[in-house]
Amino acid sequence: MMLKTREDLIKVREQYMRSATKETKKILVCAGKGCVLNGSLNIHAKLKELLEAKGIACEVELQDEQNDSVVGIKATGCHGFCEIGPLVRIEPDGILYTRVKVEDCEDIIEKTIVNGEIVDRLTYTLNGKNYPKKDDIPFYRLQKRLVLDHCDKINPTSIKEYFAVGGYEAFEKALFELGSDEVINQITISNLRGRGGGGFPAGKKWTQVKRQKSPTKYIVCNGDEGDPGAFMDRSVMEDDPHRMLEGMMIAGFACGAKEGYIYVRAEYPTAVERLTNAIKQANEYGLLGENILGTGFNFQIYIRKGAGAFVCGEGSALTASIEGKRGMPRVKPPRTVEHGLFNEPTVLNNVETFANVPLIVLNGAEWYKSIGPENSPGTKAFALTGNIMNTGLIEVPMGTTLRQVIYDIGGGIRNNGEFKAVQIGGPSGGCLTPEHLDLNLDFDSLKKVGAMIGSGGLVVMDDKTCMVEVARFFMNFTQNESCGKCVPCREGTKRMLEILERIVAGNGRKGDIELLLELADTISSTALCGLGKTAPSPVVSTIKNFREEYEAHINEKRCPAGACQKLKRYTIDPDMCKGCTKCARNCPVSAITGTVKQPHVIDQDKCIKCGACKANCAFGAVKEA
Amino acid sequence: MSVNIDYKFIDETLDEYGRKPSSTIAILQKIQERYNYLPKEIFPYLAKQIGISEANIYGVATFYENFSLEPKGKYVIKVCDGTACHVRKSTPVLERLREELGLSETKVTSDDLMFTVEIVSCLGACGLAPALTVNDEVYSSMTPDKASELLKKLREE
Repeated sequence: MMLKTREDLIKVREQYMRSATKETKKILVCAGKGCVLNGSLNIHAKLKELLEAKGIACEVELQDEQNDSVVGIKATGCHGFCEIGPLVRIEPDGILYTRVKVEDCEDIIEKTIVNGEIVDRLTYTLNGKNYPKKDDIPFYRLQKRLVLDHCDKINPTSIKEYFAVGGYEAFEKALFELGSDEVINQITISNLRGRGGGGFPAGKKWTQVKRQKSPTKYIVCNGDEGDPGAFMDRSVMEDDPHRMLEGMMIAGFACGAKEGYIYVRAEYPTAVERLTNAIKQANEYGLLGENILGTGFNFQIYIRKGAGAFVCGEGSALTASIEGKRGMPRVKPPRTVEHGLFNEPTVLNNVETFANVPLIVLNGAEWYKSIGPENSPGTKAFALTGNIMNTGLIEVPMGTTLRQVIYDIGGGIRNNGEFKAVQIGGPSGGCLTPEHLDLNLDFDSLKKVGAMIGSGGLVVMDDKTCMVEVARFFMNFTQNESCGKCVPCREGTKRMLEILERIVAGNGRKGDIELLLELADTISSTALCGLGKTAPSPVVSTIKNFREEYEAHINEKRCPAGACQKLKRYTIDPDMCKGCTKCARNCPVSAITGTVKQPHVIDQDKCIKCGACKANCAFGAVKEA
Repeated sequence: MSVNIDYKFIDETLDEYGRKPSSTIAILQKIQERYNYLPKEIFPYLAKQIGISEANIYGVATFYENFSLEPKGKYVIKVCDGTACHVRKSTPVLERLREELGLSETKVTSDDLMFTVEIVSCLGACGLAPALTVNDEVYSSMTPDKASELLKKLREE
């Protein structure tokens, strides 16, 4: 259906809002990646089958006209609490069922939908307390889901459902009420800062692009979420694609661009599929294309799939990749706002930034500023992973403390471990330690302690994690992903990696720490792009916070966390050894000697620390230290 | 290794994405989807059609991780070694796969062209760590034993 005027759009939106009120009950099955892998799509199918078998009217997507009340049975986007999936929520009661199995579907329909009772065994329990309602669960209670608001509410493949939650109202307001200057003004006042990591004010970027004289301008969305441990943008692209498109359209209108590109990493095939579908729908309704809603504004959005290069998350590398070239950064200035895609002025923002735009346009800059601290307003989505109880996707107001995120929302450390550090900002960021627990998570507070918010991946580490090994891991990552264009990054990261490798292997030398810091300083000040400049950050930050671990590795050839395999020392307790000879037979380097029924001994010079003896000992006589 | 190239398919792909430099990556992706790798033999033809040099095509094909100039196995197993997977022990899973298939860091494809084992930086499935994918289908919470079972199942398919 082609919408030709503002009235058409209002009519369509009201139609689906009306249709939505007929869904007097909704069963929202999480179809996020985690829950799908645990069988949520089968649960969705089974629930639908049961409803139909019982003659209860139901629908998986909003209908054009709906006169009788129905049960909406929706496969929605990610509900966020991946740890206890598959999740099923019943609205309007807000009942959340966890770890649902196909066998539970009968009870859900019979007891909850038909009789309005709660199935106790499926509700969430924490410390002996039962939480039947989603909003009471600590994991959800402390969150503020704005950008991710629709993710667990609507069917993401349907533009009708997006209309029903007020979709494209912000775009309409921008076109017919605000006009381009006022849109930029609102974004500027709101102080929306780029969610991709740098935190550059979006309004400033948009103003600069609008000012450029060139008649051709581009809007580019960076969906190349490459930081290991981050998947917030994936969720927005997959679970609420229209919101992101709406943000890009508003940006296009405000800055005078006619084309937009979304660069999605190849590892996100579902995101590509959902965005392609959403763009097709927006074209069918005339929200993209020529003379949109009769305003004379033309805009089209294209998708470009990445081909596996982390560096393409860097602005100039990303635009080079869209142009079909090797994704290598170039020297700046000129900046992307002047010479971006195809050498034209370009607004380049990330997924979460664009997803914030409709909210600001609709509710106003002042409303947005009322959330979070003054210099970093709004919310931030974080992916909570690693050794934490509640892995998942969360969204909190900027300025929430690390303690609230890790303990109140995240539920603390897994397996009763102790909190040691959290890596924030991926391979470009740094680690925060117990002393930072009361630090506010926002752009400026983090910068002060040498970390950065990055794209928002929070990888939590317990006391069994070796920080030197973590630094080595990140350096290995950046070294692999270095594009090789500039010397400091290409050669420098390699040297740093070599030093870290020898430290974790027990061959560290005196002066290695100082050498690492010196290299780090040189690379940070001379590398060409952000990837190189921030590559040493994990090393600098772990040295700053855990210098004694580095020293133990180098001076005592000991790994305090007991994680570095090469630094382990295996011995046999003579009192416990029965002399069964099993360890000696399994040792790949014949380092174990002894006679039958007599305690055996490990020759430390021959031992390669593979741990085969420990794994094979039936008496627990092999000790690891 | 030579391969019979379906030039009709190549032409259709060129038509679909347009014979212009900015389509290079999309065209290579489509070709790789069909052949499982990029046969170098077609580069001269592509270069001419797109209007860029052969060196440019080669440059793009070797820059990006996802392109391969060598044939890959029927099952491409990508083991995630992102931060979350790494701290939840992805390395033993990788080691088991390599051990069972006789593969290593340098030899990534088995001789019978059945399996390719690669490491990827992050699949974005961190909530499911450690994760791996087989031809883009995700397998979560892997252990070395689960990896062995998976290989057994794939061999039987």
